[in-house]
Amino acid sequence: MINLPVFPIVIPALAAIIMMFLPKNVRLQRSLALGSIFVTLIVSLFLVHTVSNEGILTLNLGNWPAPFSITLVSDMLSALLVTTSTLLTFFIVWFAVHYFSAAYEENYLYVAMLFLLVGVNGAFTTGDIFNLFVFFEVFLVSSYVLIVLGGKGVQLRESIKYLLVNVIASALFVMAVAYLYGAVGTLSLADLAQKIPLVDNPNVISVIGVMFIIVFGLKGALVPLHYWLPGSYVVAPTPILALFGALLTKVGVYSILRTYTLLFDVNGTFLQTFLIVLAVLTIVTGMVGAIAYNDVKLIIIYNIMIAVGVILYGIAINTQTSLEGALYYLIHDMMIKAVLFMLVGMMIGITRAGQLRDMGGLITRFPLFGWAFFIAALSLAGIPPLSGFFGKLLIIQGGVGEGDLFGPILVLISSLFVLFSVIKIFLNGFWGEERKPYDGPLIPYTNRLLVPVCLLLIVAVAYGFGAELMHPYITQAIEPLVQPELYIDAVLKE
Amino acid sequence: MKPKSNKRVNDVILQTAAVIIFFIIIIFSIHLFFSGHYSPGGGFIGGLMTAAALVLLLLAFDSKTLATVLPFDYRRLTALGALIAILTAMHSVFLDLPFFTHAYDKFNLPLLGEETLHTAIAFDLGVYFVVIGVTMTIIQTIGESE
Repeated sequence: MINLPVFPIVIPALAAIIMMFLPKNVRLQRSLALGSIFVTLIVSLFLVHTVSNEGILTLNLGNWPAPFSITLVSDMLSALLVTTSTLLTFFIVWFAVHYFSAAYEENYLYVAMLFLLVGVNGAFTTGDIFNLFVFFEVFLVSSYVLIVLGGKGVQLRESIKYLLVNVIASALFVMAVAYLYGAVGTLSLADLAQKIPLVDNPNVISVIGVMFIIVFGLKGALVPLHYWLPGSYVVAPTPILALFGALLTKVGVYSILRTYTLLFDVNGTFLQTFLIVLAVLTIVTGMVGAIAYNDVKLIIIYNIMIAVGVILYGIAINTQTSLEGALYYLIHDMMIKAVLFMLVGMMIGITRAGQLRDMGGLITRFPLFGWAFFIAALSLAGIPPLSGFFGKLLIIQGGVGEGDLFGPILVLISSLFVLFSVIKIFLNGFWGEERKPYDGPLIPYTNRLLVPVCLLLIVAVAYGFGAELMHPYITQAIEPLVQPELYIDAVLKE
Repeated sequence: MKPKSNKRVNDVILQTAAVIIFFIIIIFSIHLFFSGHYSPGGGFIGGLMTAAALVLLLLAFDSKTLATVLPFDYRRLTALGALIAILTAMHSVFLDLPFFTHAYDKFNLPLLGEETLHTAIAFDLGVYFVVIGVTMTIIQTIGESE
């Protein structure tokens, strides 16, 4: 089946369009959304299987030859990320089914969620830089809808900021693409990778490279382009926040990973120094934010920045080991952030308080909930058999292997800060006495809400324990990043 | 189309002109839509022009009159357009050709004689409906909110 790479994009899109006909039929919406995402998940698992057997799959849309058409490229990297994002969306939509009231769901909620998945899957799969922009817009427009849905005052205020930042970032993206097209004359990633070394003036390419960092840094919340992130994310309802925290910033990180291994020569140039400095700044800012706040949502939001910084550090080192670590950590972080956001959102929903000082004693009434949070917290910090460990280990090995000591030590210290910040939530929120009687709206639904969260947590834990099984896939995903010729040959095969 | 008798001033000239001009704009928009393959035009500009004709009716009459003469749910029209577009792109999947591969053939149509039909026109029709649907949804939503 030559069309395999397109199915993870088309199935949710088709389901979303059908759902647009019947916005008021909430039952149908729920089952159609869950069913279509489940089918997408199976297809994407099959895609991973096919790519591992047959190598990189390419699909030239419209049957035009490669550099002239939009090419969809499913290498192992994109297949793994498509599978992860589909898996997350499945559990988050399942969570959302129990979390939201019918009045909320009637306003095209699942349509927007599915289109977000379409955009994310498309951005992971595309092999064309302008098409990447289009898919960015698909998920950004869906995220605008999701962030403002509900229409509370704070949501309106923060969505204006979020929208402004992203509109500016998108305009910069178009400009960067225009410069690149002006300098090289093509838009297909593989063709660009082939022609960029032939450009007379390499400084032009460096400038464009910096522009792409700024664009993807705005999407992925790198310091100093992160200022929009805490405010916009904190106002979103829990399932939406989980979706954003797990997927949106990571697409920016993936784009940096793809462009910086394929298009721009990183090793030894100032771009590498630039990326390392940004990564270090992002980790430090995230650390400061994570221990500074007592608001549970904000603590996890600043943990996103630490993770983005750590992954970016792995990308900037750009060796086989560090890239493997970055990818392993990226997938781990997407899953565990979704779990943590859902758990933290449940804490807020049960205790009706966002601040740690108003919580306490949750574990006596909800033991499963408490221990799930504990495992997720340890996993986030990277305690050995759990999933956060191997990625960080490889990133640190990669850094040390390149003779850098400051970066690896900072990554280790950041783990300590991460552990401190989430254990602070655990100690204050779950242990001790109830600070005030809690009877929040989520209490009757707690057990039903815990099912998807715990299943996702089990997947995340299995990902840690099955690191040995995952390793061949990760290695295969890294191959085209270390040797771009593999990617170029696969797309531009004669 | 009976003009509504209310406190508005008597705009019989505007309403009579609008009814005539409406059809001219609609025909022009359909012309633009069909000419897209060989000359400037296409689904986007055609849809926008059709929506402009509907907006002219909205200006001359009011939203209730428009809803009685053209009882469309524009949100469903958007969904229909998107469905047509994606199904056109998908038809090649069932023929085991890459997604979005278009097909064309010559047909002997009644009245028109031999004409070439291309699946790109179906995709354009989807775009046309989406553009009308989105434009009219925006204008009606803003117009009807208090």
